[in-house]
Formats: sequence, C-alpha cells, structure tokens
Amino acid sequence: MRIVNEAVLLISPSVPARFENRSRMVSSAPAMFQLSDVTLAYGSSRPVLQRLNLSILEGEFVTLAGPSGCGKSTLLKLLAGLLKPSSGRVSYAGLPAGEIPVEAGFVFQQPALLPWRTAISNLRLPLELGTQQSARSTDLELLQLMRQVGLREEDAHKRPAELSGGMQMRLSLARALVRSPRVLLLDEPFAAVDDLLRMKLQDDLRRVHEQRGLTTVLVTHNLQEAAWLSDRVLIIQPAPVGITNSIPVPRTTEGTERRTSAEFHTTLNALNTALLQS
Amino acid sequence: MTQPSSRSHHPTLRRRQLPDLLLPLTVLALLLAGWQAAVWFFRISPVLFPGPILVLQAGWKIRWQLSEAALRTAAAAATGLAVGTAAGTLTAFAFSQSGAIRRAFYPYAVLLQTVPIIAIAPIVIVTLGRGFISVALVAAILSLFPIITNTTTGLLQVSTDLQDLFRLNRATRWQTLIHLRVPAALPYLLSGIRISSGSAIVGAIVGEFFVGSGTPGLGALIQRKSASLVLSELYAVVLISTLLGTLSFGGISALGEAILRRWFGMSLSEARR
Repeated sequence: MRIVNEAVLLISPSVPARFENRSRMVSSAPAMFQLSDVTLAYGSSRPVLQRLNLSILEGEFVTLAGPSGCGKSTLLKLLAGLLKPSSGRVSYAGLPAGEIPVEAGFVFQQPALLPWRTAISNLRLPLELGTQQSARSTDLELLQLMRQVGLREEDAHKRPAELSGGMQMRLSLARALVRSPRVLLLDEPFAAVDDLLRMKLQDDLRRVHEQRGLTTVLVTHNLQEAAWLSDRVLIIQPAPVGITNSIPVPRTTEGTERRTSAEFHTTLNALNTALLQS
Repeated sequence: MTQPSSRSHHPTLRRRQLPDLLLPLTVLALLLAGWQAAVWFFRISPVLFPGPILVLQAGWKIRWQLSEAALRTAAAAATGLAVGTAAGTLTAFAFSQSGAIRRAFYPYAVLLQTVPIIAIAPIVIVTLGRGFISVALVAAILSLFPIITNTTTGLLQVSTDLQDLFRLNRATRWQTLIHLRVPAALPYLLSGIRISSGSAIVGAIVGEFFVGSGTPGLGALIQRKSASLVLSELYAVVLISTLLGTLSFGGISALGEAILRRWFGMSLSEARR
C-alpha cells in the first residue's frame, strides 16, 4: 500500500466561509508537534509506529482514526511525552522533545478519577502535583470550570461513585483543562457512553476547543465524531504502513441540526471512503 | 462506567445482614444441641467428653480467671498486630518502590509464612525471655505476611491511566506514593489487617503456651487446664479463645468498613474492584 503522508484530499468543493477563515488561520500557525521518521517499539517486539512523519499545527483539532492496534493511542502517549521514540525526532513547540515539558491535558478512555476525592478535589489534583508551584486556582475558579463543562455546583462535593458516567467524563475533561494546557489529548473519551450523551459531550468539547484555541488531538473509532469536531482527520494503518491520509474537514457551524445537514453527510461519506480505501 | 452509587444501598445491606447472622447462629445452636444430645444418649463420662452445659457451667465458675486471661491475650495480640501492621506496611512500601528489592526480599517474607509458628515461638521466648514482649512478637510475626502481600498488591495495582495522569502532571515519586499509591492501597491494607487479626490471636496464644504458667494469658491457661485434666474448664478456655478470634476479626472488619465508607464512600469489596 502506498503511504500518503500528509496527503491533502479536498472533500467538498464548496468550502464554507467560516472554514476558509479558520483554515487560513490554522495553516499559517506554527507547528505544535513535528514528528520526523519516528519509530517506536516496545522492547524487542515489532514496531508499533514505523518511520512516521507528522506535523500538527498550533490551535488545530486533529483526529487520529484507524483500526484497533494501529498505534493511535501509542502516538497520543508519544505526543504527551509519556513514551520516548526508539528512533527519529519529535519536537514540541519548536524545540526537541524533552527540552521543555509538554503542557498537555489528557482525557483517558475511562474517567480515571480518584475515588476517595470529591469532584472539586479531583479537579484540584493537577495543581497539587509537580515541583514547580502551579498558580493556585480558587474554589470559585474551579466551580466556574465545572460549569463550563456542564457540571453543576452541587456536584462539587460528591465523590465520583455518586456521579453518573457522563458527569464523571465531564469532570475528567475539566481536570484536563485545570492547568490551562496548550495541548489537549483525548484517547477515545466518549467510547463508553450512550449516543445522546456522546453528542452532548462532543458539543462541550467543541465549545472548549473554540473558546480556548487549544491544539487538540483526539483518538476515535467514530467517524461521525471525527467529522463533527476536527479540522483534519489522519487515517492510520498498523506499522509499517502508518498515516495513509490526512483529510481536512470543513467546519460546520454550531447547532445540533447541522449534524443532519447534507454538507455534514458529504464530509462523513468522504471520511468513510478514505478509511475503506486505506 | 460507575453508576450513581448509593447511600440507598444501606437498607438493602441491613436486610441482608440479618439472615447472614441468623444462619450461622442456627447452625451453632444445632451443633450444641447435637453435642449435648450425644453426651446424654451415649452416657459419655464428663471426664472424657463434657457436654456444652457442663462446659458453660465450668466457664461461669472460672469467669474472672477467663476474663483476665482473655484481656491479657487480647492486649498481646493487639500489640503484635500493631507492630505487624507497621512493619508489614513499611516492608510493602520498600517492595513497591523497587522490583529489585521485591525480588531480593520476597522469598524471605514467604519464609515467615511457611516456618511453623510452634518452631518460632520457643526461639523467640528463649531469646527475649518469658514476658509480654515475647508473646506480642510471636503474634506480630504471624500477622506480618498477609499485611505485606496485601499492601504490596494494593500499592502496585494502581491503573496505568492514573499513573500516566500523575506522570503528565510531573508528580514526584513522593507525591505519587502519598496522593495515589497509599490511598489506593488502603482497602488492601485493611483487608490484610482483617486476615491478620485472627492470626495475631493464634500467635499470642501459641506464645503464651510456650511461656507457660508465668503469664495469665489464654495460652498459659490452656496449658494449665490440660495438665490438670479438668476437661470442662479446658473446653471453656478453648471456647473463649475462639470467641476472642471471631470478635477480633468482626471488630476489625467493621472498623475497616467504617473507615472506607468515610474515606471512599464505598464498601471494602467495592473499593477493591
């Protein structure tokens, strides 16, 4: 199979004005992550990622899609600095990886909350860690952050076991934002929730991304999610193939009714076709 | 994903606890009745095999002696359990920090479990003398292993997501231990203490048995009563020893549950899930 790294595949000939503006803005932005010839293998086993080249621009929302075991989550952990490449170069904010820590908020597949801490105390956790003193947020700021992701003030002093699955996921998203990171990394965060809740959580995420202009990388199996949220979708195949397509996605405007628009379905069909062809 | 939990579960638990307690008590009553019936039916001599009524009468007769001995044994067992918990937890901390330490010392922790306590007890008593400290130390040795294994498991079982979360936020080794590993290991530690609470009573009784009549503990009393062949009183001492072990297990379990309800808002089994 031919590897088409960073191939540009225009989906819709009629690009909306809003997308054009945003596209110009993002494409002129500096690269937040730059991966050159990156290979990563666990021990002496077959590489999970092989000679991967990738560039993610500042403020861009990139989705990694592909079959199970193709290395999407590994790539996400590599970007977060949790894994080191076996060979190749990774740079973050223009500097070689490791020179400055990656300021990333991470949302896992499971909410990964500490069950003995209350919601607000879970939210405060990232500020209590590390050797450098983080700017201490007041409870008022933390409550405001909870409201931003759709949580209520009265939930602040409940333990995770007393919150529903969706509320736990929202809290997990809020925790990823509490240190005001430059990058947001999400590893199939909405895989375990029902369809209606997933759509609400997607809207929350979209709002957060737009308000904060965060560089966001999402791993998902759900192409609808990819089409709804991303500026660009990368289709990945297991090593040694790697990234086969890099597909820019026109931004649809806000509003649930847009999910049923013809424009949105054109995007979705194009993504489906690209995945099947790859 | 966890569903909203439940303080509303408490009434259900209470409803379940009643038959849970009722069933073993019914079995006990039937066993005692069968025992007494067998003694009457086969006309067994009370010198050889006293019935439960005779045992209860003998126990009532020596009630002050029994209470003093039970308190003494309970004190030695509690001291031993406290020492065992402290030493076991510190060992588990060391085991959790380095795979090399764990591989080097774990076989010796297993050795503690496999060496028979009746062999250790005389060695401790010869070395440290016939006193309270020796008895408590035997109890501590016997209670150590479940605490080491449970706490080590608890400290190491933390999910990779949570470990990644701490690494991403550049947590120090100490912060990871205090904010993540120790709280996550608490249900495991409490479970270890619960198992060890019964072992500590057995350890104290074995220790007292070897110390002999010098101390008024239950072990020494067992030795005295078996030497004097007053079987009904010996049975009473054995009954009280068993009761002490059961109460200790039950008490520690209830305390553990209370701590976890307050700390985690969930039960021991839920917290370990």
